[in-house]
Order: sequence, then structure tokens, then C-alpha cells
Amino acid sequence: MADTLQRSTVEIGYGGSERLTMNMGPQHPSAHGVFRAVLTLEGETVVAVDAVIGYLHRCHEKLAETLTYVQYPSIASKTDYVSAMTVELAYVAVVELVGKIDVPKRAQYLRLICAELQRIASHCLWLGTWCMDMGGALGGGATIFLYAIRERELVLDLFESLTGARLLYGFHQVGGTRYDLPAGWEQKCRETLSVIEQRLDEYEAMLEDNAFFLVRTQGVGVISRELAESVGVAGPLLRGSGVAYDLRTAAPYSSYGEFDVRVPVETAGDCYARYRVRMAEFRESIRLVRTALDGLPEGPISSRPGVKSVGQVRIPKGEGYSRIEGARGEVGCYLVADGGAKPYRLKWRGASFSNLAVLPHIIPGHKIADVVAIMGSVDPVFGEVDR
Amino acid sequence: MTLPPLAYHAIVGFIVLNVVVGMVTYVTLLERKFAARMQSRIGPYYVGPHGLLQPIADALKLMLKEDIVPTSADRWIYNLAPIVFLVPCILIFATLPFAPGLGVADLNIGVLFFLAVSSLEIVGLFMGGWGSNNKYALLSAMRAVNQIISYDLPFVFAAFVPVVLTGSLQMSAIVDAQRGLWFVAYPVIGQLAFVAYLVATLAAENRVPFDILEAESELVAGFRVEYSGMKFALIQLGEYAHMIGTSFLGALLFLGGWLGPGAETPLVGALWFLLKAMLIFLVVTWVRWSFVRIRVDQILAISWKLLLPATVVLLLAAAGWVAVRGPHVA
Repeated sequence: MADTLQRSTVEIGYGGSERLTMNMGPQHPSAHGVFRAVLTLEGETVVAVDAVIGYLHRCHEKLAETLTYVQYPSIASKTDYVSAMTVELAYVAVVELVGKIDVPKRAQYLRLICAELQRIASHCLWLGTWCMDMGGALGGGATIFLYAIRERELVLDLFESLTGARLLYGFHQVGGTRYDLPAGWEQKCRETLSVIEQRLDEYEAMLEDNAFFLVRTQGVGVISRELAESVGVAGPLLRGSGVAYDLRTAAPYSSYGEFDVRVPVETAGDCYARYRVRMAEFRESIRLVRTALDGLPEGPISSRPGVKSVGQVRIPKGEGYSRIEGARGEVGCYLVADGGAKPYRLKWRGASFSNLAVLPHIIPGHKIADVVAIMGSVDPVFGEVDR
Repeated sequence: MTLPPLAYHAIVGFIVLNVVVGMVTYVTLLERKFAARMQSRIGPYYVGPHGLLQPIADALKLMLKEDIVPTSADRWIYNLAPIVFLVPCILIFATLPFAPGLGVADLNIGVLFFLAVSSLEIVGLFMGGWGSNNKYALLSAMRAVNQIISYDLPFVFAAFVPVVLTGSLQMSAIVDAQRGLWFVAYPVIGQLAFVAYLVATLAAENRVPFDILEAESELVAGFRVEYSGMKFALIQLGEYAHMIGTSFLGALLFLGGWLGPGAETPLVGALWFLLKAMLIFLVVTWVRWSFVRIRVDQILAISWKLLLPATVVLLLAAAGWVAVRGPHVA
């Protein structure tokens, strides 16, 4: 316990005298995987929190050194398994950057469509699990969860007909994409988007007109603009705190520069602001996919011939860093190549990891019930945190 | 041949006990089916036609499960808690008449007995939370004491509005008084009291949005986190029995109990009563599956700042009304 108190960064004063140290996780209904929060409680109030991670470490960066550039994208998707398309994109983007490989226009658009669909799917899961954290698996939260999962399934159906897989796709390859759109996919995609757009209104009506939802989220877990910038949070957390920073506009990749990406920003910095940002991102993603489908150019989907052997992609000596705006924020990939068919060294930057660092700053002073609401609003995926 | 009173009551009590247990079993299925429809699912389906045997399968499973006692638990308190919890939850049916003359005992202080006994469940709850020697369970027990003490007062005040209007604590007398007009239709006072009763019921039954003592996303399962097998089943049984009991009381106090077309026949009356109670139960279930849980401080604030003053004012208004106009008679 003494160790816990020393390691926590923020601690508030409290009148009581008896403290209780409680482990929340790694096995816990709201652990979002395997997160362990060591809470120091005085009554119901959390006075200090120590975040312990590492339970899902799978040596992803070391693994990258043993697999060729052709093999690794399907492994990369396992770092952030909730938005596999995005991490695959980050990996192939850095390989193309270092190897100076062109990507055909059609492939860039396909990547954009998949990335935005993936954002929709990922936010669906976030909405469901977050509400389940607040509302319980045996309450209204489960209702929202099942609705959101129903919509996520529609997107996964699209991915399945595109790649044959529902969770980890292997859609991207160095120089382009592996699959082109099957016949009728575009029509199906548009139908799915209209369904989801309609359901979003239903969710908003169900949640925002609900006084209990508002009192649980408004003013809870406020991240000030200064804190957000100094801790280095990314994605919806940063935009929920009033910083209009989105890599899709700040450093466009994969043809994002040709689109008019509107970046939603909220200034309150609380759980509700993060919720609003993500709901706006849902609609923005839907709009982007529609625009991309409208302007989808014809042409090849890859600048490289089909895969014949796993070692056929060789990257000249050099290093580089690619950044992608994932569903949770900046996904970065740093590659050092030595001229062979495998990376010399690969480093992942996960948005969940940097976002988690804000927890010890905002949790103390809240009640236990708020801890799970704040955790859920951060939307961590532990595959990405521990890698 | 007439039975001695004790034997007669024992037999009726035995029947009522079994009816209650049977009802609990099938009310769980009703709730699961209802929730499933709300969530665009089907619900239990495979055990028996349309899942009708699912509750029995669940009960059998719980009976066969290994009974685990944590080594650090306070064995006596831990083992006694489910029984201490269950007894008051079942006992509330003792004064509840299901139809005229159909019940264990129609006491002249029936409502008072019901309310007093139903608030005893907190003892078992606290014993379970304390005896488990688990931090989640302890926190849950603390919350339980907070919440149930806060909500028993508005619950009692709301339930006493019909009592004041009737001028009797006897359940059958309250139903008889509603022959002309159900108390839920009683101008202003009746509707407000009914709403207050429903809210207080949710809290007293520990249902979402007031289920902070179970709160499985924070406290895993709250006070029953360490219970398994038959002990868990007993706690579950008690919880649902309490829920059905308060639904019946609500139907009796506000919806006219067994009154309805053909209610002269006891069985038809009992059927009406059951339907009305299930209506209340489904409203409670509907709320449960559409709201998120609120925080402990917010729950207490709602009780002490809003519900308690409101119900006190309501009760005083009803009393004033009766003082001026005399008790409500059918």
C-alpha cells in the first residue's frame, strides 16, 4: 500500500482517516480487457489511483523483426484488434514511406473508406461498452450495448464480404490493397450507412434526453485543455478538451487532403464532451465514406504485383515514422529498415497508451462509479496499450 | 370436518410459499423475455417450447453447483445471511390477500406488517456483505444500508397515502374502498403517490437505475459476489420475491387489487390481481432496461432532497383532505 501511495501522482486531501486499497482488475467487468487500477478509497471517494498495465503484452514489436513486410500487416492488426484496419494502414504506410513506394489512387480511396468504416465500427463498440460500464450488464447499459453491437455487425458484414474476415482483416499490403470491391458492395455499403445514420438519431434520443445519463457524464472526469496538452492525450479526448487537432487535417495521408474533413471539437472536457465528439465523428465518417464512394477512381489497386513469396518486398536502408488518425487517436509506427525483407526495428505508438496516462490526473476526487465512466470514456483497447 | 386454526394456517402458508417460489421462477423468464424483446433479441428459447423450461433448468443448475465458502469469510454470518435475507422477503406475503378470503392472514395492520417486514431484508444483505470478507461486498453492504434507509421512508409515506384515504391498515378494506374509484385515479394525490411509490419501489428493490449495491460494472456483484450455488439461488429468490411482493402491494394500494369484471369469484379476482401486479412489474422492468445507473451521492440526493419532502407533503395533503371530507368510501 505504501508503494501505491508513492507511485500515484495526484492525491487529494480528505477528512476521513480509514483507507481501503482496492484492486479493480485485471479481471473485472469494467477492465476493458486486462486493466488493473489500484484504487485507494476513503469511503466511496477515490483519493489515489495507480494504473498497472502489461497483462496483455505479446511482444508485437519484437515479432515485427522476425516477420517479413508481406507477412506482418495481418499481425499488425492484432495490436489494436478493435480497429484492425487502422493499424494495418499505419504499418504499410511507414513501409511505403521508407521504401518510397507509390500507392495508386484507387487503393488510397479504398484505404480511406475502410479506415472510416472501421472508425464507425470501433465507436459502436465504444458506445456500447461505455454505456454498459455506467448502466450495467443487467440494465439499460446492456440495451444500448446490444443496439450498438447490432450496428457494428453491419459494418463487419461489409468487411467480411470485402476481405473474408470479420475482425482481423489483412486488407492492406505494401503498395496498395489486397482486395478490390466485390460486385454490389458499394450499394450495400450505402444502405448500411443510411441504416446506421438513422440509428444514431435513436441513440442520441435515448441518451441525451435521459436525465440519468446526463448527470452521470456532465462534469465528470474533466480534462482541461492544459492537462490534455501536457499529458499528450490524443483523438476524441484531445478534441473533447477544445484542441482542434486531427491528423486527417493536420497531416493528411492516403488522399485525406482531397476531402473536406470537418473536425468536431467540444470545449467542456468532460465525459459528455467526449461522447459528443465521438457522435459527431460517426456522422463525419459516414459522410466521408459516401464522398469517397462517389469519387472512387478506376485503376489498379496496388502498385506492386501480387504476392508470390513472403520475402518479395525489400526496403532499402532508412527509417521513418507514419501517423494515422485511428479511432482512439494518433497511431504511430516507427520503422528502421536495413535493406532486407524484414524490419530491423519497429516501434508502435498506441493512442490508448498515451490516453491512459491521463487517468491518475482526473480520477482522484471522484466516486467509484465515476471511475468506470471515466475509463469507458477514454476508450482504451489493451491490445494497443500493451502490444 | 374443520381443521384446527394452526393446521389450517400451516397448510395455506405452505401453498402460498410454493406459489411464491413458482412465481419467482417464472417471473425471471418473463423479465428475460421482455428484456430480450426490448433489446431486439429472442431470449431463452431452447429449453422447452419457447424456453418455458429455462427457469427450471436454471434452478437445477444452481442446486447442483458447488457451494464455496471463502476461507477468510466469517462462516456463521456468511452461511446465515441468505436465510436471514430470504425470510422477510417471503414473509411479506403472509398478510397479502390474493382475493377476498384467499390468503394466509388478513391482519388489521396488514400494510404496516408488510412494510415493517420488507425493510428487514437489509439485515441479511448487510450480513452477506460483511461476512464475505470481500472489499467489493463490503462496499456494497455500505451502499445498501445507505440506500435502503433513505428510500424506506418515502416508500412508506407513499404507501400510506391510500391508507390515510381509506382510514384502515387492513388490506381487504383498502381494496373495498376502491370499488368505485381506484386510488391511482384519485385526483392529483393518487397519481403523485403512485409515481412516488414506483420510484421508491425501484430503489427499495435495488433495480437499475438504483442498483448501486449490485453494480456489477463497479462492484462485480456487490454483496453476493462470494456466493455460489444454492446460497446464491436463495438470495436471488429473496430478491425476486421482494420485487413481486412490492408489485402486488402497489397493485393493491393503487390499482384496486382484485377488483375487476367477475371478481366475485375468488379465482378470477386473483387473476386480476396477478395481472395488475405483473403490469407494475413490467413497468419496473421497462425502466430497468432503459436507464443507466446513477451514482451513490445522486441517489441519496434524490431521496432526501426530492422524494422524501414530496411524499411527506403528499401524505399531509391526503390527511388534510380526509380531515375535511372524511375518508374515501366506495
